[in-house]
Amino acid sequence: METKLAIFYVLAAFTLWAAGIVVLGKNIVRAAVALIFAFCGVAGLYVLLEAEFLAAVQVLIYVGGITILLLFAIMLTSRIGATAARVVNDQVVLSAIAGVGLLAGLCYAALEGIPALVGPPRLPETSPFLGRALLTTYALPFEVVSVLLLAGMVGAIVLARKES
Amino acid sequence: MMTFADLVQSFYAFTTSWGIPYLVFALVVMTIQVGVVIGYIAVAAMFLIWWERKISAHIQVRFGPMRVGGWHGWAQSIADGIKLLLKEDIIPAGADRVVFVLAPMVVFASSLAAYVTIPWGPGLIVRDLNIGILYMVSISSLAVVGIIMAGWSSNNKYSVLGAIRSAAQAVSYEVPMVVALLGPVMLAGTMSMGKLVEAQARGSWLGILPGWFVFPQILAFLIYFICALAECNRLPFDIPEAESELVAGFHVEYSGMRFAIFFLAEYANMFTVSAIATTLFLGGWHGWWVRLPGLSPELSQGLFGLAWFQGKCYFLIFVMMWLRWTLARIRVDQLMDFSWKVLLPLSFANLVITGWVLVAGRQVLLIVLGILLVLALAIGLAVRGRGRAAAGVVRG
Repeated sequence: METKLAIFYVLAAFTLWAAGIVVLGKNIVRAAVALIFAFCGVAGLYVLLEAEFLAAVQVLIYVGGITILLLFAIMLTSRIGATAARVVNDQVVLSAIAGVGLLAGLCYAALEGIPALVGPPRLPETSPFLGRALLTTYALPFEVVSVLLLAGMVGAIVLARKES
Repeated sequence: MMTFADLVQSFYAFTTSWGIPYLVFALVVMTIQVGVVIGYIAVAAMFLIWWERKISAHIQVRFGPMRVGGWHGWAQSIADGIKLLLKEDIIPAGADRVVFVLAPMVVFASSLAAYVTIPWGPGLIVRDLNIGILYMVSISSLAVVGIIMAGWSSNNKYSVLGAIRSAAQAVSYEVPMVVALLGPVMLAGTMSMGKLVEAQARGSWLGILPGWFVFPQILAFLIYFICALAECNRLPFDIPEAESELVAGFHVEYSGMRFAIFFLAEYANMFTVSAIATTLFLGGWHGWWVRLPGLSPELSQGLFGLAWFQGKCYFLIFVMMWLRWTLARIRVDQLMDFSWKVLLPLSFANLVITGWVLVAGRQVLLIVLGILLVLALAIGLAVRGRGRAAAGVVRG
C-alpha cells in the first residue's frame, strides 16, 4: 500500500509539474510538449486506479493523436514559435472563479463523498465490460457522441474547403 | 509448467524469507528485466544493422562490409558503435537545449516500453497485460512525439519538414493499423498477447493449415504490415528522412551517441512491429517441436517456442529490408491517398466481414474469402504487369 501511495505522489507531482509548464510557459511549442508529459502522467494515474483500458486509450488518442495534431497546427502557423504566448488572457476573473469553484467542489467531494463518486465495481478485466456496456446500456449516448464528432468533422471540411 | 511468473514468485518467497521489503524486491526484478531487454535490443540492433547492410549489398550486387572482424565483416556494427560513442556531442547554438536532449530519450523509451508485453515463448513474457495489444500500439505511437521534438528543437528547416511529414504519416497510418488489428482480437476474443498466441495454438484451418490467424485474416495482415512499414518510417514510406530532399529529416542536427539512440530505436521498432505481427497473425511461439534428449517436454517446447518466435520475427524483418531495397519512395500525396482512400475502407470492410462471419459461426468462410482475395490480387497484378509490358512501360 505504501508503495502505491509513493507512486501516486511521484506521478501526481510529475503531472502537476508538466501541467504547470503548459499553463505558465511562454513558448507555445514547449507548452505543447509539456502537455504530452501531463497526459502521460494522467495515464499513469489511471493505471494506478486499475483502469488500464482508459490509460491505454488516453495515450493512444490524446498523446498519439490530438497532441500530434496540435503540434502540427503550431508548426504550420508561421513564426508562432518565435513570439511569446500570453499567459493571462482577458477573462482572468471568470476563469479564476471557475477554477476556485471546481477546486472547492473537488475538496468537498474528497472530504464528504457524494453519491456519484462511489467506488467502481471491482472487475478482473475492464475492457469486455466496457465493450458490452457501450453496445447495450449506453448505445444511445455512444451514438449521439459519434454523431457530434461527425458534425465536427463535416464542419472542419466546410471551413477548410476552397471555393471553386 | 514453470512460467516466468512462477520464477518471479519463487524469488519473491526467497526475498521475504530474508525479510527484504517488497519495494526492494520489485525494483530488483524490474532492473533485471529492463537490463535483459536493453541488452537484447542493443545486440539485436547491431546484428540487424549489419544484416541490412549485407542484404542491401547483395540486392545491389555488392559485398557490403567485409573487413572488420574477419568473417563477412561481422564486427562492423561494433566498430561503428564505438565510433559513435567516442564522437563529439554537438548541440547547435540555436537549438532548444532541453527539448533537443529529451527527444532521443522519448523515442527510445517508447520503443523500449513496448517490449513489456512481447510473448517470447510459452509463459515467457514480462507482464501479460489484459490490454496487451492496445498497450503496445499506444506506447509505440509515442515515438512520433520524440521525432517532432527532435525536428522542432533542432531549429533547422529540413528537420521541421521531416517532423511534420512524420507526424502526418503516423497519424494517418495509425487508424487503419488499429482497425486491422481488431480482426484477430475479435477471433480470439482477447487483447492479451499470451492468450492471443494460445488461441492460435489450438485447432487448425481446413484440417491442414495451422490455426494461425494469418489465414482467415490475410487482408488484415497485409494492411497491418503496410502500416507497420509506415510507422517505422521505412521505405517506401521514408519521406520523413528522405535523404535526397531533406538531408536526413528530423535527425540532421544530431551526432554521436544521440544519433545512435535514434538509430537503435528505429531497429528496435522494426522488431516490435514484427513481434506484433508474429503474435497476432503468425501464431507467436507456436510451431512444430520435438522432445530434445535429456530435457523435459515443457522445456523442449519452450526452447522450440523461443526459436520459432525469433525465426518468424526475423523473417518479417527480412521482408521489410527486402522491400526497402526494392521499392522507390512514394510521394506525400500518394502516401495520404493510399492510407485514407484504400487502407482505411479495406480495414473497415475486414472488420464488418469478420463480425458477420463470427455471428454466423462459420469461420471457414473467412479462409475461403482469404484465398479468393489472394487469387484476385495475384491475377490483378499479373494482368497489370502484362498490360504494362505490352505498352512498353518499364518502371524501376
